Amino acid sequence: MTDVKNLEDIFQAKIDAEQKIEPKDWMPDAYRKNLIRQISQHAHSEVVGMLPEGNWITRAPSLKRKAILLAKVQDEAGHGLYLYSAVETMGVSREQTIDDLLSGKAKYSSIFNYPTLTWADIGAIGWLVDGAAIMNQVMLCRTSYGPYARAMVRICKEESFHQRQGYEIMAVLAKGTPGQKEMAQDALNRWWWPSLMMFGPTDANSPHSAQSMKWKIKRQSNDELRQIFIDRTVQQAEVIGLTIPDPDLKWNEETKHYDWGTIDWTEFNNVVAGNGPCNKERLAARNKAHNEGAWVREAAVAYAAKKAKRKAA
Amino acid sequence: MIVPNTMEQSALFTYTLRLADDLLILSQRLGEWCGHGPILEEDIALTNRALDHLGEARNLLTYAGQVEGKGRSEDDLAYLRMERQFTNVKLMEQPNGDYAHTMVRSFLFDAYHLPLMQALQKSTDEQLAAIAGKAVKEATYHLRASSEWIIRFGDGTEESHQRAQAALDNLWTYTGELFESDAVLEEMTKAGVAPEIAAIKANWSKTVDQVLAEATLKRPADGFMMTGGRKGLHSEHMGFILAEMQHVTRAYPGVAW
Repeated sequence: MTDVKNLEDIFQAKIDAEQKIEPKDWMPDAYRKNLIRQISQHAHSEVVGMLPEGNWITRAPSLKRKAILLAKVQDEAGHGLYLYSAVETMGVSREQTIDDLLSGKAKYSSIFNYPTLTWADIGAIGWLVDGAAIMNQVMLCRTSYGPYARAMVRICKEESFHQRQGYEIMAVLAKGTPGQKEMAQDALNRWWWPSLMMFGPTDANSPHSAQSMKWKIKRQSNDELRQIFIDRTVQQAEVIGLTIPDPDLKWNEETKHYDWGTIDWTEFNNVVAGNGPCNKERLAARNKAHNEGAWVREAAVAYAAKKAKRKAA
Repeated sequence: MIVPNTMEQSALFTYTLRLADDLLILSQRLGEWCGHGPILEEDIALTNRALDHLGEARNLLTYAGQVEGKGRSEDDLAYLRMERQFTNVKLMEQPNGDYAHTMVRSFLFDAYHLPLMQALQKSTDEQLAAIAGKAVKEATYHLRASSEWIIRFGDGTEESHQRAQAALDNLWTYTGELFESDAVLEEMTKAGVAPEIAAIKANWSKTVDQVLAEATLKRPADGFMMTGGRKGLHSEHMGFILAEMQHVTRAYPGVAW
């Protein structure tokens, strides 16, 4: 016991000294488990997130927008790859991680259980969903686990590009015809609250947060990040003439932040529990792709084995 | 010389549009795969392929619009033409099917597209030569990647072999159209704008034979070959491709996106 205690002290001292934890370093089981859960959820979110956006590739209203969207969804797939690799550094294979997604055991960001109904939703996702994700991800560039932090640096660069592209889609729609502006406002109305939910439960209801902060996996609380996001986004909406769907939203001169309404946590819990508008479709789509791709993966493995055998002969 | 010049311009417009439509429609089909690929790496590769084809199509459409001289943009040409005005070969509009069909379709196209782009670099039309110069690098990579999959499928498992052979047998009837000639192509070839199509076909045929041999797949016999795409006579799939691709743009006419 003394040994483990010593190891834990050394581990915590490293973290307190802002040194990165690397795959071969000793780490508490709980730290490892926590990170495997968090990074794999993040990886799944990137991959499942390809579905609502991919939904509009064939229907993008201009060739330029189609090209940008293709490139964006391709970036998300790339992020999924880095993150599955980061999970592998913790000793869990990609197959195992993906199986947990397909069986419904692992979670992914609930935001992707909402449908993309109009073209403006592609703008709203880039602006709000990527915007909210960036808040978390910028913080994670300094997370204590080295491979995760380094993956995040790369991901953040691309995500901030996506956020600007999404905002630009909304800006063009907002200054377009009344029909286009209506489409943009409707998308903002539908995506605003789910985007705020992306930051997770309030600090008072976030049981893992304190430990994550001590381990410097997280460095800012859910509520802090949510507030920064709101303050920034309200101003961005004003610039393009769209209205945030929150009657309680009001600048507070004293706190220098916006006061805002209340999140519908019943809806949040419902979607997390699997009852969102698209939970079933998303998981079904991932399973279908995986099952229908089985023979392709088997063929690749079989051919590689044959080739290796011939080379050896 | 105004009259012949105009005639050549019209042929150049049609020729450029054909090159563009093949790529645009194939890209549209490949885009359907995004998020549904058999493995994450392939999802990325397919999307990349779709993106490359789309990029080349956009350059060609923009140029076609300039040649035509009626002020039509790439988007006007992509979103505001009807089925009968699209000039892609029918191979491109065939449904994705299983991954073998998707890869065989791309392979049959890539083996044609690469030598075409290589030859087009020497086109007397500077713009087409420049577009081809840019496309050659990508086309080289596409052909390498699709050839590798055909070989993996053919020489992989029994199932993959059967699927690849079935795809080849199903799609072979659409390959004749790639090498059809007509007055437009003859005029463009005479002017040195387009390469000799027979030479492209010989090159294609050689690549196909090499790859199929390594894949242990059987080259189907040249039976009946489908035709009509270049004249805007498409399969029933085409209307649905365009309905999906064009509906938002057509619902909000004349706006910026």
